[in-house]
Amino acid sequence: MTSAFGSVSPARRIKDRAAAVFMWGAFALAVIPLVSVLWTVVAHGVGRLDGDFFGHSMNGVAGRDPGGGAYHAIIGTLEQVLITSAIAVPIAVLTAVYLVEYGGRGRLARTISFFVDVMTGIPSIVAGLFILALWLLTFGFEYSGFAGSLALTILMIPTVVRATEEMLKLVPHELREASFALGVPRWRTICFVVLPTAFTGILTGVMLAVARVMGETAPLLLTIFFTKAINNDPFSGPQGSLPTFIWDQASDPNQNAINRAWTGALVLIGIIMLLNLAARFVARRFRPAGR
Amino acid sequence: MAKRIEVSGLHAYYGGTLAIEDISMTIEPRSVTAFIGPSGCGKSTFLRTLNRMHEVIPGARVEGKVLLDDDDLYGPSVDPVAVRRTVGMVFQRPNPFPTMSIYDNVAAGLKLNGVRGKSRLDDIVEEALRDANLWNEVNDRLDKPGAGLSGGQQQRLCIARAIAVQPQVLLMDEPCSALDPISTLAIEDLIAKLKNQFTIVIVTHNMQQAARVSDRTAFFNIAGTGKPGKLIEIDDTSKIFTKPEVQATEDYITGRFG
Amino acid sequence: MTSETGVETHAEARTAARRRAMRPTSTGRVGDRIFASAARGSGILVLAIIVAIGVFLIVKAIPALQKNQANFLTSEVWDPNAVPPKFGIAQLAFGTVMSSLLAMLIATPVAVGIALFIGFYAPKRLSGVLGYVVDLLAAVPSIVYGLWGVAVLVPHMDGISRFLNTVLGWIPLFGGDSPGKSSIFTASVVLAIMILPIISSLSREVFLQVPRSHLEASLALGATRWEMVRMSVLPYGRSGVVGASMLGLGRAMGETIAVAMVLTLVPGINIHILENGGATFASNIVNGFNEASETGRGALIASGLVLFVITLVVNMAARAIVARRKEFA
Repeated sequence: MTSAFGSVSPARRIKDRAAAVFMWGAFALAVIPLVSVLWTVVAHGVGRLDGDFFGHSMNGVAGRDPGGGAYHAIIGTLEQVLITSAIAVPIAVLTAVYLVEYGGRGRLARTISFFVDVMTGIPSIVAGLFILALWLLTFGFEYSGFAGSLALTILMIPTVVRATEEMLKLVPHELREASFALGVPRWRTICFVVLPTAFTGILTGVMLAVARVMGETAPLLLTIFFTKAINNDPFSGPQGSLPTFIWDQASDPNQNAINRAWTGALVLIGIIMLLNLAARFVARRFRPAGR
Repeated sequence: MAKRIEVSGLHAYYGGTLAIEDISMTIEPRSVTAFIGPSGCGKSTFLRTLNRMHEVIPGARVEGKVLLDDDDLYGPSVDPVAVRRTVGMVFQRPNPFPTMSIYDNVAAGLKLNGVRGKSRLDDIVEEALRDANLWNEVNDRLDKPGAGLSGGQQQRLCIARAIAVQPQVLLMDEPCSALDPISTLAIEDLIAKLKNQFTIVIVTHNMQQAARVSDRTAFFNIAGTGKPGKLIEIDDTSKIFTKPEVQATEDYITGRFG
Repeated sequence: MTSETGVETHAEARTAARRRAMRPTSTGRVGDRIFASAARGSGILVLAIIVAIGVFLIVKAIPALQKNQANFLTSEVWDPNAVPPKFGIAQLAFGTVMSSLLAMLIATPVAVGIALFIGFYAPKRLSGVLGYVVDLLAAVPSIVYGLWGVAVLVPHMDGISRFLNTVLGWIPLFGGDSPGKSSIFTASVVLAIMILPIISSLSREVFLQVPRSHLEASLALGATRWEMVRMSVLPYGRSGVVGASMLGLGRAMGETIAVAMVLTLVPGINIHILENGGATFASNIVNGFNEASETGRGALIASGLVLFVITLVVNMAARAIVARRKEFA
């Protein structure tokens, strides 16, 4: 290995190699749990992926019984996530609009921006405790899917604000000025020029945020409580949800219950991965021109 | 301590596209050779093949021979890392390591190559800074960050960093294009001084600069966008700027170019 | 529109049509005002939520704290449903801080390695896909990590814990007579996996910002790839990595379900983190909620308040570090 240019000393070469091995190893180390998690969930969960699981609730089914399903939980999760999005998305998008279009570098905008960052770090259990303290203990409402949605809203807002903010910043300034120059008022410019331009990006952000809050368990345990029966009304009484379904079934020592927990996990991961993939697809397929 | 470079039949690619085609030339030791030509003609790309920096870019590769005296840079047993120690490089924009002091910037290459011992390092750092005409300006603040210097000083710091490891060849890729006229003059003086020690190759956009500093000049051209760059001619600078062999060179020199 | 000269008749007609279309502009001022206040109101609502979280947690915690017969900060006992109620957060604080710090220490080097791997070692064409693979780790919900932890990781931790206990047993932290599977250490490993993606993606973002010219500066001096990383990449990204791992720390502290499923509750602080037992603020809340009396709930809310404050401080510090780096660059 010696040439006229001399060679890199063995010590340096070994260090370089060792570093490369470490980097590859680090990546492999991250892939192991990912593959293991996905494999385990599929292997254990596929057994109960049957009609009963999607068609029935756990009403009257004990832990040791076979059969039973997560119908009530799936309905609950879908309703809760829908309500969460309906509340969180407008607030978050408007907040982002304020930060990008109105706030500038003013003190209020900087404060809000800082606290949005802080909000991303709020533990989900604290969001649950807050809704418990406010909605249930102070206002005296009962456990309900809606209370769960309120808790999830707190977790969803900051992610959507950040995603929207980034997308709005990508909208070229010339576009706004072109619209202003035509005499279009600011709010119409924002609603009909800026937001539509950023739409796919915002949609991607919302889908990723939905995928994230959908798997939250802790805040739901404190706010929607728990039921084995179907409750289609998210505004009254305890409601099911996929995460709490898994939590309940997993804490039951009977194998039939454990199997249901795995299938619940498989369905939950399936929905989340679908949302993730769809978000990727939207981001790629409808990428705005000129980027 | 300066070597002759002989290039023969060199092609360079970015992915599937040929960037420069079939270049052959001889670069004399202890002299300054300037590369001139319009933007995109491949002169910087060619410069970067002379210390194997071209292949740092993903997908980039080189075919052909580059002999440094008699040793092929692209020989099978040659480590590109060792080549870059032998052939130093100064970039278009000054790029001192932002987190390092002036001293550490100059010593960076030495430490990589296993030079140890405070007094030895001190000596070499001082010598390199003196050679780079920077010592008098910075000797009282060697421990301050290199990024705090002016643009021209930063570029001389980068030159000091490059020559501290005693390379055979010094490549300069438009070293003055980001500098003001006074700093440019300082760098040009420095080049005139350094050619006594090193083989210097400089890419420049500025024809007056090529005429001022170089002994030999190579003119590169490109047939059109998307076409590879080619070497049109290389000769003594005085000849290139007075009576070049090729019409295209004369057109470019006299500003009658496209 | 002023460019329309009106020479051609159909051009005039077009201008007129546009004027008609623009007529709603007369309400522009009112619309602007309404829209601007809606946007600003939403922003203020975000601030209000944060303040409300603090306020309502305090309000609901106070009655329980007044009835408490033990020292809230130093007591290791958690018995708020008893008469008289006795509870303190010492054990919870220990478990939370210990498990998250350990998770951060395990995750950071691996995450930085991943970020460097994707940025500088893996083939460029693959970097997008590889980044996505790591992000997928973040998409797996906490409850699934818990399920997986109990079924797959916990059985494997037996041997690892014994090994660490034998080799590093002279360090008090790894000491103890009966290394187990459902320990704080196991919880840290689960947490480390969960915070890996956030640390690695933030670090990667920082590394991507290292200017190309800095990389080439070291390569041109004859640096190997690792020397390039050490000279040009790591110094540039250091504070960004510190900020990222602190954000990971905050994440780990608030993580609930996975930890609650992996840990078995044994009362009292145990410095031997390889032995079974331990509890964190968050795991204690979900485990204790169902059986909690009114005072019990208040006590849980009080502990949640402490968790809120701790994560707030950690997150603010992390953001400040990241922001300071931005000013540098």
